[in-house]
Amino acid sequence: MQLPIYLDYSATTPVDPRVAEKMSECLTQEGNFGNAASRSHPYGWRAEEAIENARAQVAELINADPREIVWTSGATESDNLAIKGAAHFYHKKGKHIITSTIEHKAVLDTCRQLEREGYDITYLAPGEHGLTDPAVVEAAIREDTILVSIMHANNEIGVINDIAAIGKITRARKIIFHSDGAQSTGKIPVDMSSLNVDLYSMSAHKMYGPKGMGALYVSRKPRVRIEAQMHGGGHERGMRSGTLATHQIVGFGEAARIAQETMTEENKRLIGLRQKLWDGVSDMEEVYLNGHAEQRLPGSLNVSFNFVEGESLIMALKDLAISSGSACTSASLEPSYVLRALGRTDELAHSSLRFSFGRYTTEEHIDTAITQLRMAVEKLRDLSPLWDMFKDGVDLDSVKWAAH
Amino acid sequence: MAYGEKVLDHYENPRNVGKMDVNDSFVGTGMVGAPACGDVMRLQIRVNDDGVIEDAKFKTYGCGSAIASSSLLTEWVKGKTLDEAAAIKNSDIVEELALPPVKIHCSVLAEDAIKAAIADLKSKAGTGSAANKASAG
Repeated sequence: MQLPIYLDYSATTPVDPRVAEKMSECLTQEGNFGNAASRSHPYGWRAEEAIENARAQVAELINADPREIVWTSGATESDNLAIKGAAHFYHKKGKHIITSTIEHKAVLDTCRQLEREGYDITYLAPGEHGLTDPAVVEAAIREDTILVSIMHANNEIGVINDIAAIGKITRARKIIFHSDGAQSTGKIPVDMSSLNVDLYSMSAHKMYGPKGMGALYVSRKPRVRIEAQMHGGGHERGMRSGTLATHQIVGFGEAARIAQETMTEENKRLIGLRQKLWDGVSDMEEVYLNGHAEQRLPGSLNVSFNFVEGESLIMALKDLAISSGSACTSASLEPSYVLRALGRTDELAHSSLRFSFGRYTTEEHIDTAITQLRMAVEKLRDLSPLWDMFKDGVDLDSVKWAAH
Repeated sequence: MAYGEKVLDHYENPRNVGKMDVNDSFVGTGMVGAPACGDVMRLQIRVNDDGVIEDAKFKTYGCGSAIASSSLLTEWVKGKTLDEAAAIKNSDIVEELALPPVKIHCSVLAEDAIKAAIADLKSKAGTGSAANKASAG
C-alpha cells in the first residue's frame, strides 16, 4: 500500500492514466501540437477537431450544447468570468448580487472585488446542515438583483444544494444564476436541461483530469451574456481569449467521458466506503458529522472529533493524507469559516477533518484510516485538558477563557 | 507543514502528561488559552518544602507545537526554584524546538502557563513563599 493513503480527493485527484495518455498525444512534433486557431493547414485543423471532440464530451457530461462550453484555466477563472462577467454586462439593470457565506474563496473574493466596484452583495447564511434554502434566496431578491451565485456541492463539507429549486426562482425573475460546480461535475449527475442554471463553473483536476483546466457553461437558452475578462484573439466566442491548450482540453474531455461512463457504479461503491468510514468512527464519544447526512457527495465526509485539535490530529495521522477543511485555507490558523457558518462551536470547527476519496480508494484504505483515527483520537484526548473537563462534567461554555 | 525533529519527538513521546489535584496546597495550576483559539494548556507544578519544583504535569489541546512547547516546559521546570522557572522565556522554547514564526504563539502560551501556575501556587501560600506554605500546611 502506498503511504500516506490519499484521502484528499476534494483538493485534487490524480490524473487517470487514460487521460494522461490522451494528453501526451497532443504535445510533441509527432503529436497533435497545432494551434486550433490556425485555419490554413492540417496541424490547426487537427487540433481544432480534438478540441471540439472534447467540448462535446464535456457538454454531454452535463447535458448541454457544446456551444455552451467555454474553456478556462480552472474553476477559479470560471467563477471570476461568470460573476464579474455577468455583473459587468448587466450592471445597468442593477447592482445587487446574492451569494452564500460558505462559497469557495474564488466566489467570495470575486464578490468582495465587485463590492469595491460599487456592487451590493448579500451573503446568505446556510442552514445547520450547510444547505442554502431556496426560500431564503427568494426572500433576499430585490428589484435590482442581477445575479445569484450558489455553489452546487460544497468543497469542505460535501453537501449538495438544491440548485434546480433555486434556478426555478431566479429564472422566473429573469435573474442570472451562477453555480460553482467544481466539486459536483463528474461526481454526481449534472443536467443543464433541468437545473435552471445560466452559468456553471467546472474544474478538470477534481475529476481525474489535469490541473490548470476548467470550463464555464454559458447558457444559450435563455441567452446569457457575459463580459470577457481576458481580452485578445477573440477565442471562445470572444468570452475568453488565449490559445487553446489542446492537451489540457483533450484531457478534460477524456476525464468527462470516463466519469460519465463510470459514475453510477462508482458512486454506489463510494457511498459504501463513506458509510464504512462513518460507521467505523461514529461510535466513539463526541464525534459529529458536519453537513447533511444524505444530501452529500458520495466520496466526502467531514467529521469533528470534539476536544481534539485538528492540526495535531492530522499530525498523528501521518499515514493519511487528509485536510482540516479546504486546502486553500489550511495555511491559516483560523477555524473553518464554513463550519463556523453552520453554527458549529469554535471547538468543533477546530476539531474537524475532511475525508474525501475516489476512484483509487479501496476498502483496505478505509480500514486503515479507521484504525489509525481511533488510535489518534484516543491518544490526543488523553492529552487534552478539555477532554478531562468534559469527563469531569465541566460545562466548557461556562469557563471564562482568556482569548489570546 | 513540516515539523522540526524536536517538536516531533515531544509530540510522539510527550513527557509528563497528567493531572494533579488542583486543591493540593503544594500544587500550582496554570490554565491558559481558549478553545476558540485552538489552544488550551494546563500546566501543573508541585513544589517541595524547599520551594523547589519536584514534579510537573501538563495536558494540552492544540497543535503539535503547542503540545511540544508544554511538554518541553515540564522537563525544564523540574528541579528549578519558582524564581528560576519564572525566568524561562518563550524565546528559549522557540530556540530549543526551532519553532517557525507562525508557531511562536505556542511558546508564548507555554510561558504564560508556567507564570500562571506559579501565581496560583503563590496565591495559595498567601505570603508567597513555598517555605511559608510548608510551615502553614
